[in-house]
Amino acid sequence: MKDAPTVRPPAVQPVADGALQRALSRTARPPGAGASTATMAFAWRGMLKIKHVPEQLLDVTITPVLFLLMFTYLFGGAVAGSTGEYLQFLLPGLLVQSVLFTSVYSGVALNTDMTKGVVDRFRSLPIWRPAPLVGAVLGDSVRYAIAATVVVVLGLVMGFRAAAGVTGVLAAMGLVVVFAFGLSWVFTTVGLVLRSPSAVLNTGFMALFPLIFLSNIFVEPETLPRYLEAFVGLNPISHLTSATRDLMAGDAGADLIALVLAETVVLTAVFAPLTVRLYRGKR
Amino acid sequence: MTATLAIEASGLAKSFRGTRAVDGVDLEVPRGAVYGVLGPNGAGKTTTIRMLATLLRPDAGSARVLGHDIVAEADEVRGLISLTGQLASVDDELTGRENLVLLGRLLGYATKQARARADELLAAFDLEEAAGRLVKGYSGGMRRRLDIAASIVVTPELMFLDEPTTGLDPRSRNQVWDIIRALVGQGTTVLLCTQYLDEADQLAERIAVIDRGRVIAEGTPGSLKASVGEGALHVRLLDPARREEAAQTLARVLDAEPRLEADPAALSVPVTGSDRASEAVAELSRAGFELAGFGLAQPSLDEVFLALTGHAAEEKEEVPG
Repeated sequence: MKDAPTVRPPAVQPVADGALQRALSRTARPPGAGASTATMAFAWRGMLKIKHVPEQLLDVTITPVLFLLMFTYLFGGAVAGSTGEYLQFLLPGLLVQSVLFTSVYSGVALNTDMTKGVVDRFRSLPIWRPAPLVGAVLGDSVRYAIAATVVVVLGLVMGFRAAAGVTGVLAAMGLVVVFAFGLSWVFTTVGLVLRSPSAVLNTGFMALFPLIFLSNIFVEPETLPRYLEAFVGLNPISHLTSATRDLMAGDAGADLIALVLAETVVLTAVFAPLTVRLYRGKR
Repeated sequence: MTATLAIEASGLAKSFRGTRAVDGVDLEVPRGAVYGVLGPNGAGKTTTIRMLATLLRPDAGSARVLGHDIVAEADEVRGLISLTGQLASVDDELTGRENLVLLGRLLGYATKQARARADELLAAFDLEEAAGRLVKGYSGGMRRRLDIAASIVVTPELMFLDEPTTGLDPRSRNQVWDIIRALVGQGTTVLLCTQYLDEADQLAERIAVIDRGRVIAEGTPGSLKASVGEGALHVRLLDPARREEAAQTLARVLDAEPRLEADPAALSVPVTGSDRASEAVAELSRAGFELAGFGLAQPSLDEVFLALTGHAAEEKEEVPG
């Protein structure tokens, strides 16, 4: 019956039979991954994605370069009297700005991830439930470190000098990355609430823009109207910027650093569990 | 706990925004075989699987998977199952090898063991050449094989396969079927969702037919088909002008009403048994009809649905009766 629809077509190239049997017959069951192993595996996944698509680092690196060049040479003279002086004031703040903008991408990446079938597999694994999220955010720290490095290196080339030397600069970069880790939980929450990656990106930037401009990144708060000055004083981004400046200048107070770390803890404590909750209940 | 059943579900229900996707599903799936869940798109197959795999919490009803409650003991269930979803459950932006190494690490292998296991699976699933390429560029068949390989990094007790061959070419489909048979041969239970009666017939020991969120029939493939009829003899003539004449001959030999197909040279007659079908074909050649082709086809999913529910598989809007 040559036309019969039930006739099986010839198996042209069957799956390697012996190898398949061997692969299936393995029964040794590993003990199961602990929370930290699973988290690190997901961080590794995040880094592999950066390795395979390095283009995604373009906006992380180019935007800070543009901002640093524009603000220094365009506004430096008007705001601080000379570009050199303004750079000295501006650079720690631009470090903050660049890294915080990068943290929005954690939410964008999570939103993109949720549309894919692989999330179902992760959620059906016997692992610590927040591991995919914590791991992804940790992996994103690589992005933050890259953005931070670009700003600092370009700043040094343009003539920025840190009184506290290498240690001070590294400490400042570390503090900014830690704070960005806390803030990224806000954006992962947004990433699970909104429907499309571009909505996450727009919302994230719209929320960050006013907070960044209404801080002490670009101007001394004393020059502002009183109510604005009060707001700037309350803005955690101002605290982070001041701490970063102080660390680079070598006169950082423990109080201020403690305040920034406390704000990081609060952001994480509120938004990390919220993200995990939304992730579990999704779909 | 000695659970003799792999899955025991009663009254599972789930609604999405007021629509009942699953409306009281009962299942008893024995261990060590393929159990088919057959139904058209939108029947509630995927939602049922997602509840059983602990991805969705049922609105009502309960289920035990390998003896563990899917809500109260979700972690125990996750340790014993693996899921191959309808969207391939692999990461597009990683290579095939990286996907398997990642899962190996997540399941508790040390990095070195995870790599060795990944290579073993890549060889077994004929993916060695593509191992270093991003999954994004894989063909449908390769992606599906990687997907199944990812599901057996640690051999699961129970595997959920959601439409594993939808959209695959025949060769890839056969490869997937061979893999499923081998899996069951090693003692894994497979819950296979499919919309092809053919596939369920080839692989499954028992089948549940699901429609509008309910199980409407359950049994062996044989009993199911018997309830529908064996199928039909399809004949295609070289000379379309003689179709009426051939129809009369077939009607006489088989004592059934031939149906004229849209193809002007083709006709089909319901028939039980290949003996009677070949008799009819022989009679046609004796009568001097030249045939371009003929075949005995199983009833399609549509015919099964028509017989079981009185409505076609794909129309979901109106409720019969």
